Amino acid sequence: MLNALTLAAEAETKNPLIPEVYDIVWSLVAFAVILLVFWKVIIPRVTKTLDERAEVIEGGIARAESAQAEANAQLEKYNEMLAEARAEAGKIREQARVDGTKILTELKEQASAEAARITANASAQIEAERQAALVSLRSEVGSLALDLAAGVVGQSLSDDKKAAALVDSFLADLEASEKNGK
Amino acid sequence: MIGLFPKPPFLAAFNDARTLEIELLLNALTTFVPLAVGDDGGFHSPSIMDFFPEIVLFADTPFAINRLMLIRLLVVALLLVIFLVGTRQMRLVPGRFQSLIEYGFDFVDKGIAQDLLGKKDGRRFLPILMTFFFLVLASNITGIVPFLNISTTGLIGLPLVLALIAYVTWIYAGIKKHPGAFFKNALFPPGVPPILYIIVTPIEIVSTFIVRPVTHTLRLMMNMVVGHLLLVLFFAATHFFFFSAGGFFTLFGAGTLAFGIAFSFFEILVAVLQAYVFTILTAVYLQLALAEEH
Repeated sequence: MLNALTLAAEAETKNPLIPEVYDIVWSLVAFAVILLVFWKVIIPRVTKTLDERAEVIEGGIARAESAQAEANAQLEKYNEMLAEARAEAGKIREQARVDGTKILTELKEQASAEAARITANASAQIEAERQAALVSLRSEVGSLALDLAAGVVGQSLSDDKKAAALVDSFLADLEASEKNGK
Repeated sequence: MIGLFPKPPFLAAFNDARTLEIELLLNALTTFVPLAVGDDGGFHSPSIMDFFPEIVLFADTPFAINRLMLIRLLVVALLLVIFLVGTRQMRLVPGRFQSLIEYGFDFVDKGIAQDLLGKKDGRRFLPILMTFFFLVLASNITGIVPFLNISTTGLIGLPLVLALIAYVTWIYAGIKKHPGAFFKNALFPPGVPPILYIIVTPIEIVSTFIVRPVTHTLRLMMNMVVGHLLLVLFFAATHFFFFSAGGFFTLFGAGTLAFGIAFSFFEILVAVLQAYVFTILTAVYLQLALAEEH
């Protein structure tokens, strides 16, 4: 099995596992240059940017959080104010109701007082008129009766004193009989 | 193809399997077209010598430069340009290019460093992990970039240097974290009956301090070497079937071309995965060294 690989290897013997000096040297150079640039320039640059970005994002989050907190505080304040206003309104309504009731009661009292006064006036007037009527009736009925009686008995009862006494006694009798009749 | 865990038998078996696979393919090919191989120049056989092209500059000095070293320097230059330009004007609201850079950054920072080492140690070892990941990734990916066509991580120098740096770093981190107790904990794990130390300690010495850096190096290198050889095999065969063999063999050429394209995509996956594995293994070694209980 003589193939090209072994032929070639036999022709020019070079062990690939033994490094050439120049290979080592240029490997070291390549490594050193890349390491130095990455270490001193690239990594700091990229890290700085990534950190800055993280900062910005975190700052944004912090700002959003503070805004949220502020909004929450405002909301709480407004809710408090709203509750206060509601309580105030309730109080005012209650007061109004109480006032209304009071006013109503007062008005009712006034009205009933007025009514009572009117009633009292009316009854007083009626009484007075009744009295007046009574008096006038008495005198008129007396004179009529006397005229009638004079006419009947044919004698003038001109003596006023007597006539009045007669009428009075007649009426007193009448009242007494009325009272007894009751 | 990828051994995620630093278990040498798996790795060896895997690499063996892959090497065997290539040899079989090559054998199959040579039986089909025995005359073509090697002699008339129609078939460029894949060879490890692809990784040792001729020196073009500074020959016989430690700074000798060949095609692979040029690619390596190009990779370094491109990495620097991409990252320096990409991070020159960083914005809080990133554009597309910056998002891409940040995605890569986060992948190593959060996905590897902080995930395995925590926030503090993750930041501490981030430069080295970041360098490992992007240097290895960029070096791997040149294997499928047209006209470059080879991964400089397939040359043992870079994987070896990086693995040794990782080795030194995790031992340093361990000693600094557990002064005096690091090697004792590593070699004589607490909670093991003392009599078992006869077995456990040699195993620990071999697996932790010898096999670990070796597998760390070879896993990356072998994957890239094998990937390169496979691609060369497919494309060289395609070239041969199309232009040298002709006729009936053009059909074979279509098949090998399709395989070559498929494996090119596969090699992208391997490039990313091996960069990830190399970096995450470094982080795992650091994590083990920094762990409270060994």
